Amino acid sequence: MRVEQIAVFLENKSGRLAEITAILAENNINIRALSVADTADFGILRLIVDKVNEAERALKEKGFTVGKTSVIAVEVPDRTGGLAAVLDCIQKIGINVEYMYAFVNKTGENAVLIFRFDDMSRAIDLLQQEGFTILQSSQVYNL
Amino acid sequence: MATIYWDEEMETLPRVGLESIQLKRLQSLIARVYRTVAPYRAKMDAAGVRPEDIRELGDLRKLPFTTKDDLRENYPFGMFTMGLDDVVRVHASSGTTGKPTVVGYTKKDIDTWANMMARALACAGATRGDMVHNAYGYGLFTGGLGAHYGAEKLGATVIPVSGGNSKRQITIMKDFGSTILMSTPSYALNLAEAMQQMNIDPASLSLRVGIFGAEPWSENMREEVEKKLNLKATDIYGLSEVIGPGVAQECLQSSGGMHIFEDHFLPEIIDPDTGNVLGPGVQGELVFTTLTKEAFPVIRYRTKDITSLHYETCNCGRTLVRMDKVTGRSDDMLIIRGVNVFPSQVEHVLMGIEGVEPHYQIIVEREGTMDTMTVEVEVSDSLFTDEIRGLEQLASRITRDIKDMLGVTCRIKLVNPRAIQRSEGKAQRVIDRRKI
Repeated sequence: MRVEQIAVFLENKSGRLAEITAILAENNINIRALSVADTADFGILRLIVDKVNEAERALKEKGFTVGKTSVIAVEVPDRTGGLAAVLDCIQKIGINVEYMYAFVNKTGENAVLIFRFDDMSRAIDLLQQEGFTILQSSQVYNL
Repeated sequence: MATIYWDEEMETLPRVGLESIQLKRLQSLIARVYRTVAPYRAKMDAAGVRPEDIRELGDLRKLPFTTKDDLRENYPFGMFTMGLDDVVRVHASSGTTGKPTVVGYTKKDIDTWANMMARALACAGATRGDMVHNAYGYGLFTGGLGAHYGAEKLGATVIPVSGGNSKRQITIMKDFGSTILMSTPSYALNLAEAMQQMNIDPASLSLRVGIFGAEPWSENMREEVEKKLNLKATDIYGLSEVIGPGVAQECLQSSGGMHIFEDHFLPEIIDPDTGNVLGPGVQGELVFTTLTKEAFPVIRYRTKDITSLHYETCNCGRTLVRMDKVTGRSDDMLIIRGVNVFPSQVEHVLMGIEGVEPHYQIIVEREGTMDTMTVEVEVSDSLFTDEIRGLEQLASRITRDIKDMLGVTCRIKLVNPRAIQRSEGKAQRVIDRRKI
């Protein structure tokens, strides 16, 4: 049910993002989804890639600080209210979103929402009960 | 302009007379310290010097140096000449690894200090008719109370306003008619800015002279302060180990430099590497022997300040030797907004936080009138979290711990592992970008 995401510390310095994407390209690693969270002083790059362990190793070798976190991927129809339905369900029982990002899959029919909740297990149980589609990690890596 | 003296006889004594007083005081000091302070006795014994070996002033160089490490090893009162019964006050300044340097004063020491500070004020042209606006910090730091007692001794009126709350300070200056401003030079510029914001023309105030010290400042900064505050800016020198402010002061007719009150504080300039004494006019490290202090005298104390000494009689008539503006340090101490900061103290704080790597760099800059200190810290895997909040909490914790330990607020910049340049040999911990 859970998808492994890698997070990379981004020093506030020009060229960092380019350096990271070049390392991934050299190692033949494909990025499925990404988001950048930033402050005035630093940023955090969050990535879903097809080869998690290889990506982690390659980036660490080049001196980056890398962490792995589990997130969940929820697939919803790509139409008005898709995200709202998920959030509505979650907030009713008091679970908080730590962060999220989204992308639309290749066919364009569905959107994939990547979530990190403060209570992951309860969120998974609840979303399944409510009939949402939670993607398996293999499905996400090969989207 | 007629010179104002506090103690005309001592301040204009021909050098022969001055040196004979210095020698007499030095001999009695060494005999007393040898008898009463075990660490000094041990050092003298190790160097094979006895008090009776001091026959002329030049014999001073037979004595071993005293350093901040000596004071730290004997923390808090081990270098005092007496028990605490006769000590009426202590002050302390930050030390290199957390332990402060503690200094003590008898009633007579407090009086000596007040007299030295009164001399400094008179040297800058102050009289009993002046309103002294004392913006040096009051507390363990010697600046506030030292200047305060001197101004009272002179008979001037003191406003013990201390640091901070600039707008209120300006209101007080305006309403009370402050004529003499005592503060760090950077705080003086801060006050000038506040004045601008309040739309107050410095020419409408009564400020006449500024007595600025406790941090390095340049001739450019002097011009700026003089223009923006409409006063004559003078330089003062002092350090708590010697007595506090009032060790040396620039006069109004200055032919350059600050007069050292050398009937009480005997200066030498040495080569910081070899310890050899250097001649007049040659730059080196300033070393002091206090000739008259009772509770906490120092013998050949290495200040780490780099300057030079000039013995020609000054235009003002004083025969007292002049020291140049301090141009640097022979150690890695930084002065940030008047506070002494050693890189090792920052390191000590960082090492106290789990997961922090022993790689850091301190960057000092001057933004407008204020010094800023940024500490770069590498984010190791164990410190890393994928949430912004977690990293922000880490940064604010380091800022808080450094503030608690050093009393200085700094900015933390998190950087990649190995982003800080590794050096073979001595790491470059400090990048000082201030143009002083």
